[in-house]
Amino acid sequence: MPLARPLLAMALVGLLVFAAGCDGSGDDPGTIILATTTSTHDSGLLEELVPRFEARTGITVKVIAVGTGAALRMAGEGNVDAVLVHAPEAEAPYIASGDLVSGRLVMTNDFVIVGPPDDPAAAAAAPDLPAALAAIASGGRFVSRGDDSGTHKRELALWAGAGIDAGALPREETGQGMGATLTIASERGAYTLTDRATYLALRDVLDLAVLVEGDATLLNVYRIHVVNPDKHDEVAAEQAEAFAAFLLEPETQARIGRFRAEEFGRSLFTPAVQTPVGGG
Amino acid sequence: MEAIWEGLVEAFRLIGRGDGELFSIAGRSLLVSGSATALAMLVGVPLGYLLGRARFPARTLILAAVGTGMGMPPVVAGLVIWLLLVRSGPFGGFELIYTKQAMVIAQFLIATPLVIAFTAASIQALPPRLPDLLAVLGAGKLRTLWLLAREARLGLLAAVMAGFGAVVSEVGASMAVGGNLAGDTRVLTTAIVTETSRADTERAIAYGLVLLAMAFAIVAVLTVVQQRSPR
Repeated sequence: MPLARPLLAMALVGLLVFAAGCDGSGDDPGTIILATTTSTHDSGLLEELVPRFEARTGITVKVIAVGTGAALRMAGEGNVDAVLVHAPEAEAPYIASGDLVSGRLVMTNDFVIVGPPDDPAAAAAAPDLPAALAAIASGGRFVSRGDDSGTHKRELALWAGAGIDAGALPREETGQGMGATLTIASERGAYTLTDRATYLALRDVLDLAVLVEGDATLLNVYRIHVVNPDKHDEVAAEQAEAFAAFLLEPETQARIGRFRAEEFGRSLFTPAVQTPVGGG
Repeated sequence: MEAIWEGLVEAFRLIGRGDGELFSIAGRSLLVSGSATALAMLVGVPLGYLLGRARFPARTLILAAVGTGMGMPPVVAGLVIWLLLVRSGPFGGFELIYTKQAMVIAQFLIATPLVIAFTAASIQALPPRLPDLLAVLGAGKLRTLWLLAREARLGLLAAVMAGFGAVVSEVGASMAVGGNLAGDTRVLTTAIVTETSRADTERAIAYGLVLLAMAFAIVAVLTVVQQRSPR
């Protein structure tokens, strides 16, 4: 007796909860799924911007934080409505195939190479980026994201650009997001490539210093693309367009520029309106 | 060591001042995992009863399959449900991906084998002639089932605890099919992942403590019920 009734009640509640979310009411302004990178998610930027868009339009934005590679694949299969990503070379084939349309530059920041503050490989003393990478390759340990994210893709491109075979290095791959990878690099006294925003957000708990920065190849460009509704009919293109337009509004752009700037003494992201790189 | 203490102190402060986000996330964990466990009982108890009582050729094979299901990593359940519910998947049209409903389905898949196995074991532990005896004493079919369930209640409560314990503490499936959406599908376990990656250790610890407290409270209540009633 003490068992069956509460159980039945629980089961009923379970069914009700289940059913409650399955309705498709008529005037729903809609829902979009935005796949984005762990860096925009872990920094908290989208959780600052998205509620403003939702309050104004009534459109719900589901932000899924994955690596750029995964985000693009989801877009290619029509599983999301828009992507906010940062790997131009990886985005190109999806644009060429027509899966992604109306790409727009949203913001930039930069990648930096961080490592132990005492810099055992003397990477900071190297004259340029390829030399710094060569120094790390011969005298340091390197921790890689290894997750097909935008940062991972960039890391591989940088090794290739420096003429170093990344596969032959004693590199360790974490397969995890930027936050976790920074923590691992810090604990192991290793070097890693990171976007500046995530590094700044976690700086206080890391034993890592910025050692290499400023090279033109370290620019980190975030673009939003809408998934092509002509190729994937489930896509809520109108709502996704509205969100893309919202990100480029002057007020939103200003907010991106201010985001946590006071806390860190500098902007985490540079809004597109102020950026030297061309749009699209 | 110091960081751990500071984290704990700050965590208790968050709990003490009734942090809104903390309690809404905890409530969501309870709702999702409670619903999944309840549905798993609804399906798993009858199946477990059948497997415990009936004798048929494939029975051992099915029991082995259920046992394997008990050991299935939640993240695998999450992957399967994700592939089924995502837009390009066979059930994409229902638009359930990244909702609490999707999380309930995935957690249901994780909890059901546990419920079946615990139920089957507890039914099997009853004296084999008990149903016949009850029939002789004039109990109808439904009444017999009811009395058997009463006799097996220790095992059934263990099934609830095992099922709920497994799903409330899993993170892989909830992350994959729920998407860890703030204010919508973020539950205690996925919130711990988020706060850890944001280096907000205090919040991560606070969520961990609430998760433990919640699991403890529910298991304690069920244990009291289980141990109280005279046999």
